[in-house]
Amino acid sequence: MSVDIATVKRVARLARIAVDDADAERMTGELNAILGFVEQLNEVDVTGVEPMVSVTPMAMKKRQDGVTDGGKAADIVANAPATAENFFLVPKVVE
Amino acid sequence: MTELTGLTIAEARAKLKAREITSAELTDAYLAAIDAANPTFNAYVAVTHDKARDMAKASDTKLAKGEAGALEGIPLGIKDLFATEGVHTQACSHVLDGFKPRYESTVTSNLWADGAVMLGKLNMDEFAMGSSNETSYYGPVVNPWRRQRTETAVTPSIHMGEGGFVSAGSVARQVKALDNMRLVPGGSSGGSAAAVSAFLCAGATATDTGGSIRQPAAFTGTVGIKPTYGRVSRWGTVAFASSLDQAGPIARDVRDAAIMLKSMASVDAKDTTSVDIPVPDYEAAIGRSIKGMKVGIPKEYRVDGMPEEIETLWQKGIAWLKDAGAEIVDISLPHTKYALPAYYIVAPAEASSNLARYDGVRYGLRVPGKDVIDMYEKTRAAGFGREVKRRIMIGTYVLSAGYYDAYYLQAQKVRNLIKRDFEKVFADGIDVILTPATPSAAFGIADEDMANDPVKMYLNDIFTVTVNMAGLPGIAVPAGLDANGLPLGLQLIGKPFDEETLFQTGHVIEQAAGRFTPEKWW
Repeated sequence: MSVDIATVKRVARLARIAVDDADAERMTGELNAILGFVEQLNEVDVTGVEPMVSVTPMAMKKRQDGVTDGGKAADIVANAPATAENFFLVPKVVE
Repeated sequence: MTELTGLTIAEARAKLKAREITSAELTDAYLAAIDAANPTFNAYVAVTHDKARDMAKASDTKLAKGEAGALEGIPLGIKDLFATEGVHTQACSHVLDGFKPRYESTVTSNLWADGAVMLGKLNMDEFAMGSSNETSYYGPVVNPWRRQRTETAVTPSIHMGEGGFVSAGSVARQVKALDNMRLVPGGSSGGSAAAVSAFLCAGATATDTGGSIRQPAAFTGTVGIKPTYGRVSRWGTVAFASSLDQAGPIARDVRDAAIMLKSMASVDAKDTTSVDIPVPDYEAAIGRSIKGMKVGIPKEYRVDGMPEEIETLWQKGIAWLKDAGAEIVDISLPHTKYALPAYYIVAPAEASSNLARYDGVRYGLRVPGKDVIDMYEKTRAAGFGREVKRRIMIGTYVLSAGYYDAYYLQAQKVRNLIKRDFEKVFADGIDVILTPATPSAAFGIADEDMANDPVKMYLNDIFTVTVNMAGLPGIAVPAGLDANGLPLGLQLIGKPFDEETLFQTGHVIEQAAGRFTPEKWW
């Protein structure tokens, strides 16, 4: 399988990365080189093989459903580019 | 290298305990070395002079009271991927511009609790994506090793002969000279490896998703271990590919790596994949005999185009282990060649998901846009470098509707087959597997072949990536020099949570091969 410029632009949109025509063209070549390389996986017979979900057999750790942390709103917004009263500020999304 | 910075962690630990040196002296020696040499190597992206001196002072107080921790007063470098409270933590990416976390990663918390001193944050490939440290927003790191070449030096000579005859001529002789071409230290933990190799820290933290500890260790003559998945907590470590990422140390020798891993590893409630097994005393494994141990030699690691000297090095390693009483067994890991292509689906897929959080809202860079989507797109376009964008794009594509089964599901099935290959040989009685660490020695910065072909760069990880795919522990130990005088490493792969056998066997290689230090040119 290979990708064309239109697909690259669509994927860039899904990934939320702005690309211009020159970027998209360059990426098309690079992505096709990588997709060409991974193509060889198709020759592996995977009949009856389960996809891996966990590299070490383990049951997920569970803990008491209780509050263990919190009250750190100022810490949480401390690194944000724009905030007001412990809220993150973004460009207007609702008219 | 001063007398102080030349000490291994074990040596410094003994001298600190005996009060022959203070942590303040040791730390000042490292800070002076960094200030003098970092402009040459670019190994550190932030040096924490004041914090280091404060921590050293506190360690000296503890040492005086006899309350020393396992790493009390030992100055370490920290890869920029670990969250360090109030200190530069950007995974060497522009998208995390100005980020200073309000919390400390579990790994670094463990190190500070044991008394270690932080010298600063180390350069790396952006988000740990790279094999040469060239994708860092802060520029490449320079390898302290240089190629050696033989030159003909001609010195004029005048010979005063009998009876006053003068014969003028010249004497030609062969001399070794260091080539001044700048080489990469490997990646992604390039700053860690270069700093350890150039004596700019006693040891360094690093991380390994496909070979990012072991390949740079091999390129710089240092020791690097990637522990079993789940041994070291991932909490507070910037995520690249969560099912593959694992932190470990890069150190000057096997013993130092064992000392550091003991402190870095823990059982952590904050990481659900942290395994509930007590951390053993790895140092105790060093010096144990390997008599009767079964060492597997996988035939699939003999790849086309591999330089002859890698094969020679491998044979040397086999001979050393045999001499030490190990039994050498030829084994087969049939799915080896599919590990790298499967990795280049699984890792980008996980990365595309993990890196979705960098959107200019909660931390780091924000580039204004006409609306919120435009702001996200412009921020990510400006904040991520080329390699990171490439991997996010591949990941987004293989996870997108219609392609998920063909790529992602297929890769996860192949991954299971890779893991089964290892399980089978270990079930057959193999204790440890010996392979080369890398298919070549360090290459030049801005190598054109690598720059023009991403797949060629990816092939650096061909011997290391299988270990991440199977979640196993792997150690790279320096084992010799190539024809140009550059270090080469061997890799040992162990059973899950059997890091002790890696230290034990790695030490045997180290004893036979000796240690490797670059000739000082800086």
